[in-house]
Amino acid sequence: MKKTKPLESIWGMLPVLVFITLWEAVGRFKLFSGQFFLPPFSAVLAEFYHLTANGVLGKNFASSLVRVLVGLCSGSAAGIFVGVVMGWRKVINQALNPIISLLYPIPALGWLPLLMLWIGINEMLPITIIFICSFFPVVYNTATGIRNVDREYILAAETLGASNMRILFKVVIPLALPNIFTGLRLEAGMSWRVLVAAEMVAIPTGIGALLMQAESLVRVDIIMVCLIVLSVMCLLFEKIFALAEKRMVGRWSAHA
Amino acid sequence: MPDIQLVGVTKHICRDVHLEIEDKEIFVIVGTTGAGKTTLLNVISGVTDYKGSVLIDGIGVDKVSRRKRGVGYLFQSLALFPHLTVGSNIAFGLKAAGVEKTAAEDRVLSLMEMMRIKHLKTRYPHMLSGGEKKRVALARCLAPSPRILLLDEPTSSLDHQTAKYLRNELLDVLKRLEITTVYVTHDLREAEEIADRIALMSKGKVEQVSTPRDFFFNPQNECVSEFVGMPNIIDCTQSRILASGLVEVVSDDIKMVLPYDGNRIKRIAIPPDDIYISDARPPGPALNRFTGTVQEITYLHSTVRVGVSIGKNTLLAELPVSAFNEISLEKGKEAHVVIKMRRLRYVES
Repeated sequence: MKKTKPLESIWGMLPVLVFITLWEAVGRFKLFSGQFFLPPFSAVLAEFYHLTANGVLGKNFASSLVRVLVGLCSGSAAGIFVGVVMGWRKVINQALNPIISLLYPIPALGWLPLLMLWIGINEMLPITIIFICSFFPVVYNTATGIRNVDREYILAAETLGASNMRILFKVVIPLALPNIFTGLRLEAGMSWRVLVAAEMVAIPTGIGALLMQAESLVRVDIIMVCLIVLSVMCLLFEKIFALAEKRMVGRWSAHA
Repeated sequence: MPDIQLVGVTKHICRDVHLEIEDKEIFVIVGTTGAGKTTLLNVISGVTDYKGSVLIDGIGVDKVSRRKRGVGYLFQSLALFPHLTVGSNIAFGLKAAGVEKTAAEDRVLSLMEMMRIKHLKTRYPHMLSGGEKKRVALARCLAPSPRILLLDEPTSSLDHQTAKYLRNELLDVLKRLEITTVYVTHDLREAEEIADRIALMSKGKVEQVSTPRDFFFNPQNECVSEFVGMPNIIDCTQSRILASGLVEVVSDDIKMVLPYDGNRIKRIAIPPDDIYISDARPPGPALNRFTGTVQEITYLHSTVRVGVSIGKNTLLAELPVSAFNEISLEKGKEAHVVIKMRRLRYVES
């Protein structure tokens, strides 16, 4: 991958610095009326330190992180399994494709009222929502990736004497990895967005719940701390998958 | 016993094809695009279903899966696995066969040495040149020691020099391994260089199976004759060795000096596109240069065929329309002919 030159990094950071400076100036010098809804950036940073020191942020963040990890991992694993089976076996694809096509377009949060009735308000609720959020796109991308593997690779492997399982695991799945990672990367960030919505609506712990408490106390600084944490986590999760993809398929995928 | 037999094979354009390919033979199938050459390879390897029968060593293999036919197939696309290194690509068939790790490594190394690609072991296919990819794909096909090798245009998309070099190496490897090979190409010159026997296919039918020489001197029908370019066949009345590797042949009013190392020449085949024709006397020594009279001018698709009588012989020359338009040749007018010595074929007496 092309390395970013130092000048390009500075150029990219410039709008962020300008934005923070403007934010600090507007907040500190109360340039507009109704200024208590916009604390300066330094106040947000101070609140971040305060919430971290007293453990409130850590506790809520840990709750959210566990939910995301459990929901995303289980949803992705199930999605990859079903996607591989659907992509590899035409008959299973024909059987499952209609139901997947029907359920896939439903927004993950659309399931929330139904799930609240089915499984109640407990830890399983956000995990299930994230599971659904990550399952369908991963199924779709994986099945597409498996189906799109050039048939000549499979024929070549067969004439070399490879068994079906060997072809699947040594040829087809590795060649479908770029597609699989596309699904994973998209859902890694999306799972945080869905989680917060679920926590805001139904769960008393987590970053989403902290957001709702801050709103009721008109604590704009806490809301902003939460938003910054969410932004960083979305970005970080997407980057982790992008990095994993680069390590696993970067050496050949661009040229496949 | 023939090593491969196709009996009444029907698939796609191929209709009721019968072929017998001998043990350890390099059998080349030539034909234009869409003639059914690759379809026959697919049938032999079992990568497609078909009607009719395929026998290997006299045993029907129609019910044998492509995994167990013992056929190495070099696809035209090569189908090198892009996610595996050169070493892993070559080892793929060995691992599939459950060959022990050190034995597999030794085999991979010996194949890489044979194909001169040892230095490429850790590279990925996208890092290789066209010629290197072909060598890797060939090594991968040979790794599981197949009984039969199927090569689908193995030198296509390479420049002329690289293709020639690879072809010579390939021929060397095939002769050394004594493996029955079916080689598909659309290039008759390539077929001539490498084949023990050639089959010409056209529109799914086998038009002729014969030695390369017979293709030029004994085309069995118009289709074959058309494909080989209707060569000028000259019967030699006299032939004498001038020096080592140089012979003078006489055919009525034509006297030629040719590079040739062997016994007396009986007949010569000269492709029409190897005869240079002009309305003006070409420069250079008067060797293999003749003056005659234009007897006929025939316009083909993109070329013009000109018949020039030289004494009792008539030579057919073929040149592109653009080149023909630059010279003024008319029926009954004088024309100058030079015989190029690139692709002459001989029959010895």
